[in-house]
Amino acid sequence: MPQITQLAEVFASQLFWLAIFFGLIFFVIARGMLPKVRSTIDDPDAKVAEDLKQAQAARTGAEQTEAAWRERMDATRQDAARLAQEAKLASARETEARIKEALDEIDARVERARLRIRDAVASARVEMEVVATEAAQQMVQQLTGIKVDKKEASRAIEAQLAEVHLATPQRSEMPSKHIVS
Amino acid sequence: MAVQGKIDPMHQFAISPIAPLHLGRYDISFTTSAAWMLVAFLLIFGFVALGMKRELVPGRWQAAVEGVTGFVDDMVRVNIGPEGKKFTPYIFSLFVFILVSNLLGLLPLAILPGLHPFTTTSQFSLTGVLAVLSFSIVIIVGFWRHGLHFFSLFVPHGTPAVMVPLIAAIEFISFMVRPFSLGLRLFVAMIAGHILMEVFGSFIVSGLHGGAMGLGVSVLSFLFIVFVVALELLMCVIQAYVFALLTTLYLNDAVNLH
Repeated sequence: MPQITQLAEVFASQLFWLAIFFGLIFFVIARGMLPKVRSTIDDPDAKVAEDLKQAQAARTGAEQTEAAWRERMDATRQDAARLAQEAKLASARETEARIKEALDEIDARVERARLRIRDAVASARVEMEVVATEAAQQMVQQLTGIKVDKKEASRAIEAQLAEVHLATPQRSEMPSKHIVS
Repeated sequence: MAVQGKIDPMHQFAISPIAPLHLGRYDISFTTSAAWMLVAFLLIFGFVALGMKRELVPGRWQAAVEGVTGFVDDMVRVNIGPEGKKFTPYIFSLFVFILVSNLLGLLPLAILPGLHPFTTTSQFSLTGVLAVLSFSIVIIVGFWRHGLHFFSLFVPHGTPAVMVPLIAAIEFISFMVRPFSLGLRLFVAMIAGHILMEVFGSFIVSGLHGGAMGLGVSVLSFLFIVFVVALELLMCVIQAYVFALLTTLYLNDAVNLH
């Protein structure tokens, strides 16, 4: 077996050259070249990981922007709603005030007109009584020849009118047609 | 019959000097063995260099180199853990050197005149040195990291106190046997395969001179040798793997200590 018979003469040489070539493999290849090969393997992984991280960051940023935008939109919308509400309220109040004003004026005018009507009615009644009294005096004088005192006539007319009043109390303030006739 | 006498199955393991060289009283001649180590180194260098093109999408050579480095990285990570990373270059060197040396020994170079293959890993002067190197690293790392506590390696957890001396003795012996088993396993596997091939190769040659019966033996031997070569190719890979794997396992003991 040459491994045994030659051992003594070749061992130093074997050890020496093994140290050299195994050392070369260890230092030059395994420690010098392998890290570069490995970095090439790791590079795509690292690149993918980096890209993923960036994408994640971009996504987070976009989400934040969107959230901020939404918040702003909500705030703006609320502002707008509030402003609209206020405007609506203000205009409603204004309208109300103007309507009230107009109503008041109308009421006032109606009141004035009513007062005028009442005055007119009152004066008309007075005139009518005077006319009726004179007419009644003349009628009685012509028919009976009795000269009726103006006071009496006027009392009779008043009594007559009061009777009408009692019959139609609701229309007392308004000039009645059949009374006039 | 004259041919048969010439075939010496052990002759392939003989080392012959190529360039005589002396360092003091030591003979460090550049021998056939050293030449094949050089070839192994150059092949590994060329192979790894092909993997250094550093393309993002690896070509086939780069993928092959990345496959080998990834294989060694995985082996170290699985067996030692994250702390084993610094041993990766050593394990890689062991694995590729033994693998390439084993495979070089199987090259059919004898068909070229003046050449014959030589398997550096069939020399226990080489496998023994590698085994002792691995073993030394294990011991140094063990004592470096754990000091005298490293001796607790010989007392497995849960050993009854009475059994401790016996168990420790057995563990110590099995520990000390490691470099021998490591170096001898590779050496024996290589030498056995090569002797087997040489012997059956000689059967083919001598069978050709032995008439009809001899021809039958030749054919059978040829079929058998095809099978043996296939088996040897497998053995080359397995032995390189086993050597590297056992080294990582021993290193795991030293690094993680139970």
